[in-house]
Amino acid sequence: MANKEDALLEELTQQEYKYGFTTDIESDLAPKGLNEDIIRLISSKKEEPEWMLEFRLKAFEKWKKMEEPKWAHVNFPKVDFQDAHYYAALKPKVELDSLDEVDPELLKTFEKLGISIDEQKKLTGVAVDIVMDSVSVKTTFSDKLFELGIIFCSFTEAIKKHPDLIKRYMGSVVPMTDNFYATLNSAVFTDGSFCYIPKGVRCPMELSTYFRINEANTGQFERTLVIADEGSYVSYLEGCTAPMRDENQMHAAVVELVAMKDAEIKYSTIQNWYPGDKNGKGGIYNFVTKRGICHESAKISWTQVETGSAVTWKYPSCILKGDNSVGEFYSVAVTNHHQQADTGTKMHHIGKNTKSIIISKGISAGKSNNSYRGLVKINKGATNARNFSQCDSLLMGNDCGAHTFPYIEVKNKSSKVEHEATTSKIGEDQIFYCNQRGIDTEQAVSLIVNGYTKEVLKQLPMEFAVEAQKLLEISLEGSVG
Amino acid sequence: MLKITDLKAKVEDKVILRGINLEVKLGEIHAIMGPNGSGKSTLASVLAGKDSYEAEGTVEFLGQDLLDLDPEERAALGVFLAFQYPVEIPGVSNMNFLKTAINSIRKQKGQDPMVAKEFLARVKEKSALVELDAALNSRSVNEGFSGGEKKRNEIFQMAMLEPKLGILDETDSGLDIDALRIVANGVNTLKNEDNAFIIITHYQRLLDYIIPDFVHVLYNGKIIKSGDKELAKELEAKGYDWLKEEAEAV
Amino acid sequence: MEDLLLKTNDIGFVGDNSLLENTKVEALFALGNLKFPTRKDEAWKYTSLKSVQNRKFVTGDLLKSDKLEDFKVADMEANVLVFVNGHYSEEQSTILENNTDKIVISSLKAALNDNNNELSAYFGQTGSHTEEIFTALNTVNTKDGVLITVKENTVIEQPIHIINITKGTDIVAHPRNLFVAGENSMVKIISSYETEEGSSFTNSATEIMVHKNAMLDYYVLQNESVESVQVNNVHVIQKDNTNFSITTITTDGGLVRNNLKIEVDGKHCETKLYGLYFLRGTQHVDNHTYVDHIDTDCMSEELYKGVMNDQSTGVFNGKVFVHREAQKTNAFQSNKNILMTDEATIYSKPELEIYADDVKCSHGSTTGQFDEEALFYLRARGIDETSARKLLVDAFASDVLNNINIPALKEKVEARVDASLN
Repeated sequence: MANKEDALLEELTQQEYKYGFTTDIESDLAPKGLNEDIIRLISSKKEEPEWMLEFRLKAFEKWKKMEEPKWAHVNFPKVDFQDAHYYAALKPKVELDSLDEVDPELLKTFEKLGISIDEQKKLTGVAVDIVMDSVSVKTTFSDKLFELGIIFCSFTEAIKKHPDLIKRYMGSVVPMTDNFYATLNSAVFTDGSFCYIPKGVRCPMELSTYFRINEANTGQFERTLVIADEGSYVSYLEGCTAPMRDENQMHAAVVELVAMKDAEIKYSTIQNWYPGDKNGKGGIYNFVTKRGICHESAKISWTQVETGSAVTWKYPSCILKGDNSVGEFYSVAVTNHHQQADTGTKMHHIGKNTKSIIISKGISAGKSNNSYRGLVKINKGATNARNFSQCDSLLMGNDCGAHTFPYIEVKNKSSKVEHEATTSKIGEDQIFYCNQRGIDTEQAVSLIVNGYTKEVLKQLPMEFAVEAQKLLEISLEGSVG
Repeated sequence: MLKITDLKAKVEDKVILRGINLEVKLGEIHAIMGPNGSGKSTLASVLAGKDSYEAEGTVEFLGQDLLDLDPEERAALGVFLAFQYPVEIPGVSNMNFLKTAINSIRKQKGQDPMVAKEFLARVKEKSALVELDAALNSRSVNEGFSGGEKKRNEIFQMAMLEPKLGILDETDSGLDIDALRIVANGVNTLKNEDNAFIIITHYQRLLDYIIPDFVHVLYNGKIIKSGDKELAKELEAKGYDWLKEEAEAV
Repeated sequence: MEDLLLKTNDIGFVGDNSLLENTKVEALFALGNLKFPTRKDEAWKYTSLKSVQNRKFVTGDLLKSDKLEDFKVADMEANVLVFVNGHYSEEQSTILENNTDKIVISSLKAALNDNNNELSAYFGQTGSHTEEIFTALNTVNTKDGVLITVKENTVIEQPIHIINITKGTDIVAHPRNLFVAGENSMVKIISSYETEEGSSFTNSATEIMVHKNAMLDYYVLQNESVESVQVNNVHVIQKDNTNFSITTITTDGGLVRNNLKIEVDGKHCETKLYGLYFLRGTQHVDNHTYVDHIDTDCMSEELYKGVMNDQSTGVFNGKVFVHREAQKTNAFQSNKNILMTDEATIYSKPELEIYADDVKCSHGSTTGQFDEEALFYLRARGIDETSARKLLVDAFASDVLNNINIPALKEKVEARVDASLN
C-alpha cells in the first residue's frame, strides 16, 4: 500500500480530466427525442417481452406528468429531454464468448481507463460487467460464478433468462414513480447489470460494473438490481467515466438493492463522469436514484467517491425494514472548478434495533458548491433505533461553498440520533508544518486530504481505494497556492 | 554556518524584530532567552520561513540566503524547527508523514527514496532515543498526543531528519522533569561537530540539561545582551527587569 | 385565515400617517405576490397551517386584564407596557424611565403622533415586510406596538417588559415592535405573549437595530392557550462590535411558529440564540432561525433544547449562512431534544451554508429519551419521582436558563418550565 501511494504521487502530472477521450467505435444510434415510438424502438431493439414494454410505457405516461425536483442546492439550465439520443448500441452487436472477441478498439478504451479487463481478470479476480453508452458489452467470469449459483449478467439478459426475478424485484425498492429521474429511467433504460446471490453463498470475488458514456448527445440510463438472498454476501463495485464534450450529457441511473434476512451487500462507487472544463463548460448531469432495502438482520453499506460530473444529485439510501438491520453510508465528494454536488443519504428506520451510520466528507475547491443533504427518519415502531452522522466539509480557496442540510425526523422515544458536522479549511499551519519538514505544498495538500478522507477510503476494496486516492489528487490539483 | 545580519520582521505592520545580529558556528549551541513578547518565537518562525511575516535583512546559511527560499527548501538544506505548538494532522500517520518528509528532502537533493528496511531501522533506533512509544507512530501526526508526547515527537522527527541546524522553540514549556530530561538527552545525543542548535526558552531550567555555549537575551525585538551559561543563571536569579531597565536606559 | 390576506380596509392606525404609509403600501403590494405557505414550501415542510386556515378570527377590543399580576415578573423593577388584544393600555402600563434624552419607550401610535424621527427612519428597514408573508400581513394590519429607542452611550438598568394579552374567542392581533439601540448603549427587553381567556391568532413582528458597540438582550416568553396560534417574526440587524442575544421560551400555546432572522452586518459581533420548548398535548412548536454572517470576525452561538411530551411535535430548523466575505467567522449550532413518549415527534434540521474558507463552523443535533437510569438512581436515593424528574429536567434546561441575565425573570421561567411538566 505504501509503495502504491508513492507511485501515485509520482503520477500526479495531469491536471485536466484524464479520461476524456472518445472511442472510435461504430454505434447504432436511435434518433433524438423522447416519445412512445422511441420507447417501443428501444424495447424492440432489445427484443424485450411484452410485459417489459408495458412497464416502460406506463412509466413514460407517469413521467410526462411529473416535474423536475427543485429543492437541491444546484443550478443548471433546464434540460431539453427531446434533444438527446435515448439509445446508442455498439455495432455490430454480436454475442461474444471470450475477451478475444471483443473489439480491440474497445479493449484499448478500457486500457486507457486503467481498467484493462485482462489485467483485472488475472490479478484481482474481479468479475466485470461493462456498460458503454447504456449497453452491456461483456460480462466476465459469469461461468465461474454460475457454478455457485450466482447470476451476474446484463439487465437485458436477465429480462430474458430470469423474468421471474426481474418481475418480482424491479421497482420494488425504487418504485416506478419514485421521482422524476427514476421514472424517466424506468421508461427508457437501455441496460445495466443484474446480480443474484443465492441463499447462504458468499460471493468469492468482487463484482464490478464499469459505465462509460461515449457517443455525443446520448443520455445514459442504466439500471442495476442486486439481490442477496438469505445469509449471502456480495461486494459490488461500480465505476464511471465519460469523454470530454462541450455539451452537457445526462446520466440518470437507478440502482436497487435487496438484502434478504441475514444478507450483506457492500456497494462501492467511484464516480468520475466528466465534470466539465475549468470554465464550467460541458460535463455530465448525474441524477441517480440508489436505494436498498434491508430485511431482518441484513446489512447494506454504501461507499462512494464522487469526483466527477458537472451536477450531481444522488442520495444512496437504506430502508431498514427488518429488525436488527444495519445501514451504512460512507462518502467522499470532491468538487472543483464549477462543479455542483448535492449528495447524501436517507436512512429510514422502520424495524426495531436498527442501526445506521453516516460518514460524509466533502471537499470543495475552485468555484464549486458541495452540499451534504441527508435524512434520518425514525418511525414510531423503530424501538431502540440508533443513528450516528458525521458530516465534515473542507474548503480550499475562497470562491467555493460547503453546505450541510441534515433532516432529522424522530417519532420514537427510545431511539438515539446524533448528528455532528464541522466545516474547516486546510490550515495554513498544517501546510507550514509539512513545509518545515521538507514537504512541498502540493504534496502537503494531498497528504492532508488523504488523511481527511481515510475513514471513507478504507471502506473500499484495496485496488479501488488506490484508484480513488489517485482521482482525489487529480481532481484537486492546483487548488491551493 | 548561520549568519544573521540586521534581521527585521513585521506582521501586519506590527514590527516584532528590530535588527537581530547573530552568528552560529558548527558544533555550537546557542540559547536565546527573553521575556514573553520579546520576539523569540517570531525569530524561530522567520528562520523557518513562515510566510505571515515580512522579513528584511540577510540570513546566510551554508552559503545561501535563507530568506530567498521556500520553507521546504530550507528544510532540505537542513533547517529544522521543533514547534512550540506542534500541529495535528488528522488521518495522516506519523510514519507516513515522516517517510514523505524524508523522501521529499532526498528528492530535493537528487537522491533516491530511502528503502523501507533502512527507514524502519532508523525509526526503531531514533524512537528509542526519545523513549517514544512505538504505537504512536501508527497514530495520526500529533492527534490526541499529550503535551509531552508532542514535544518528544518533535525531537524524534529531528533525529529522523538529521538537520544541520535544529531550532527548539520553547520545547521545554509544559514539560515535566522526566520529559525534559528525555528531550535534553535527545538533543545531546544528536549534537556533533557537524551541526548546531538554537534553543529558545523562557526559563533557565532546560539549560541545566543542555549546556549552551552562548546565551543571548532578546528584548523588544533586539538582542540586548550576550554571554555564556552564567548569564542564564543570573537571569534565573534576578529576572529580566534589570536588563529591561538597562536596555531602556540606553 | 386566508381572507386575512385580503383584509386591507383598516390599513392604518390613526387615520393613517404618511410616516408609515409607504411601508404599508409596499407590504400590501408584496401580499399580492407572496403565497400562503403550505407544506410544499421547504420552510414550512413540517408545519401545516391547514387547521387554522378555516378558522374565522376577529379583532378584539381593548379590555382590562384581570390577571396582569400573573403575567408580570415578580420582584422585577421594570418598565411594563401592556397590550390587550393588540391595543395599548396606558392605564395598565408603568413607564419608569421618562427621560427622553436617554430613551424613548412609547406605543407606536403615540410615536406616530409625536412624529418620531427614528420611527420613520427605521420602520420597515429590515425589508421583512416585503419578503415574509406574515410580516407583510402584520405591517398592513397592525393596530399598535412598541417603539423603543435607546440613545447613544446610555445604559438602561431596568428591563422593559412588553406584555401582549389576548382575551376573547379567536381574537386576531398583530403586535408590531421596533427597537433601536443607539451606539454604545445597553438594554434588556422582554416580550411575553399570554392568553387571559379563550383563544387567539397572534401575528407578531419585531424589528431590531443594534448600532455600533451596543448590547441588546431580548427575551421572548410564549405562554398562550392550547387553542391559540402564534406566528412570531423577529428580524435583527447588528452593526460593528455589537452583542445581541435572544432567548425564546415556549411553555404553552397550540401552534407556534417563530421566525428569527439575524443579519450580522458588522465586524467583531457576538450573537447568541437560545431556545427552550416544553411541549405537551398536541402542541406544535416550530423554531426557524437564520443567522446571516455578512462581515468578518464574528461569533455566533446557538443552543435550542426541547422536551416533547404526549403527542406534541417540535421542529427546529436553524440555518447559519456565511457569506464569501465573512472570513474568520466562528459559528456553533446545537439542538438537543428529549422525546418523552412514542407519540411525540421531533424534526430537526440544522443547516450550514458556507462560502468563506477561513471559518470554524459546526453543528450538532441529538435526540434521545429521558434518562430512566438517572431517574432510578435518584429514586433509589430516596427522592420521590416527581422531584427526581423535575431535577433532571431542570438540569437539561439549565444551560439555556443560565443565560437569562435577569434573576427574577429566570425564576419565573423556571417556575413555568416546572409547571409545564405537571
